Amino acid sequence: MTAAANTTAHSIVEASPRVKTVAGALVIIYAVVAILPLLWIAVTAFKSQSDAIAYPPKVIFQPTLEGYVNLFTVRTRQTPDFIAGLPPATTWYDKLVRKHDMVIAGPSKVVPRFINSLVIGFGSTFLAVLLGTLAAYAFSRFRIPLADDLLFFILSTRMMPPVAVAIPIYLMYRQLNLTDTWTGMILLYTAVNVSLAVWLLKGFIDEIPREYEEAALVDGYTRLQALRKVVLPQAVTGIAATAIFCLIFSWNEYAFAVLLTSGDAQTMPPFIPFIIGEGGQDWPAVAAATTLPIVLFTILLRKHLLRGITFGAVRK
Amino acid sequence: MTAIIHPDASVDRIGEQTSSRVARRGRGLSDHGIAWLFVTPTIALLLAINIFPLIWMIRLSFTSLNLSMSYLPLRFVGLDNYADILSDEDLWVRLQTTAQFVISTVVLEMLIGFGLALLINRQFRSHSFWTTIILLPMMLSPAVVGNFWTLLFQPQIGPFNYVISLFTGIPPSSFSMTGEVALAPWTIVLVDTWMWAPYVMLICLAGLRSIPDYIYEAAEVDRASSWRQFWSITLPMALPFLMLAVLFRAIENFKMFDMVNLLTSGGPGSTTELVSITLKRAAFEKWRTGYSSALAIILFVTVFGAANIYVKALNRVKQR
Repeated sequence: MTAAANTTAHSIVEASPRVKTVAGALVIIYAVVAILPLLWIAVTAFKSQSDAIAYPPKVIFQPTLEGYVNLFTVRTRQTPDFIAGLPPATTWYDKLVRKHDMVIAGPSKVVPRFINSLVIGFGSTFLAVLLGTLAAYAFSRFRIPLADDLLFFILSTRMMPPVAVAIPIYLMYRQLNLTDTWTGMILLYTAVNVSLAVWLLKGFIDEIPREYEEAALVDGYTRLQALRKVVLPQAVTGIAATAIFCLIFSWNEYAFAVLLTSGDAQTMPPFIPFIIGEGGQDWPAVAAATTLPIVLFTILLRKHLLRGITFGAVRK
Repeated sequence: MTAIIHPDASVDRIGEQTSSRVARRGRGLSDHGIAWLFVTPTIALLLAINIFPLIWMIRLSFTSLNLSMSYLPLRFVGLDNYADILSDEDLWVRLQTTAQFVISTVVLEMLIGFGLALLINRQFRSHSFWTTIILLPMMLSPAVVGNFWTLLFQPQIGPFNYVISLFTGIPPSSFSMTGEVALAPWTIVLVDTWMWAPYVMLICLAGLRSIPDYIYEAAEVDRASSWRQFWSITLPMALPFLMLAVLFRAIENFKMFDMVNLLTSGGPGSTTELVSITLKRAAFEKWRTGYSSALAIILFVTVFGAANIYVKALNRVKQR
């Protein structure tokens, strides 16, 4: 994989065991400290609302699924008499809610918001990777006039603060009836992601030797066939890495989402901070919503992060 | 890597080789056509979603448009908006706040990120597991993280002050990380560094791994000290990557909106009001579209100009 990993145990550049131990200890100390806030979030998801805001903060508590129930439902407070008059609670979550003199009034908006995040996230990722692959291939293999300027132009579109971009986009989308729609958000996120995708993928495609394609061309393949059968199979890991980066951006994006969506197309990030319980934010429910996607992303990413993050600048 | 060429292609088509050039032209698009076909959609999308709005915004920046009073006819005011902005002393303070935030975070993230990368590059046992753990904070949505840190920083119910009190003895409810003028600017730096030092670490790690082993082996043969090796091999050869990390983080933090907006929303007072937050208030709370367009243009020109100069410097370092 890397140059360092290829060296044998006898290599003279291999660190001594003592150095390794010290390095390891320092990294582990940093990792443990850095992970504590995330652990606190993960743990808060299983606290009751009063435990989550206990004074002083509670480390030991009775775990409960209230946070998840609150995340997925809307509840109303009722008098004890009213609740006594109801037929007995049949499900575990009904019982959990009634302990607090509440009844479930219906599902919360979290599922539609989650679906919005999925549709917008995957839709824009697919488009950005598709457009990005084509453009990156062209920049990598053909002589395009002003290629360097075009590439810088493509990258420079990321330098605008999102709040600044949102002003004209807001006006434009109002005219085109695209505010608060899936189409509008997918187009916007695609435009933001495609610049990253072109740069990343160009790095990956540059590394695939041209000889393979040229051999295929000599054998009578058309350019498009050569792209499909020779280049794409070799670029698969690069494309996967790019896709994950685009997905993380779309999934986590906040500024555009909060300024350009209000209901129908709202994604998770603007929604989560406004999960309100009685007397302020419902922290267990917020924590439950926060921790949902993180594990997934990290597992997907592990192998690809290093190359992806440097625009594919790392050579094998 | 193995060459993946269709197996039947090499044998069956040898006879056609002489005419392949002609055949290709007959069956498909020319290279030139494909190049344009492939690049055009991306350029068209960027023109529609980035450049056209940008031009529209330039036009609006010369008007007094206010969206809460959009019934008023569009009035051109020339350079008034720009004059207002450049003579606004508050705005210079916001820019200073932003600059301080960008510089502090970039310096801290570079130090921590590069330090961690050097350590991880020692390849101690289970280093890849701990690398993954360190990466976790940057996978979350900055807005959601900013929101959650408000709980962690609560003087009485949040754990952060208790941890500090454990080490220093300062009573936990005697200070508020997000509520005090002296602390709040450091609070946003702290959270940003926590979130993005891992990102810098990754880029630095990429840089360190791009240095071929034989250079160190040669230095070892010459009995160069490890201190000397660091300054004359490691640092210069990883420098392009370090500079790339500085560029990415500086641009990102100059644009910073989401995390800080939810963590402090610019407060207390306006001690953490970064320029993006000012812009958001002008554009989407006061609806001063003309004014905020002008501000957006000024910001864009600043970043674009600075990045341009920086990229030129970066290319010079790369060519060395």
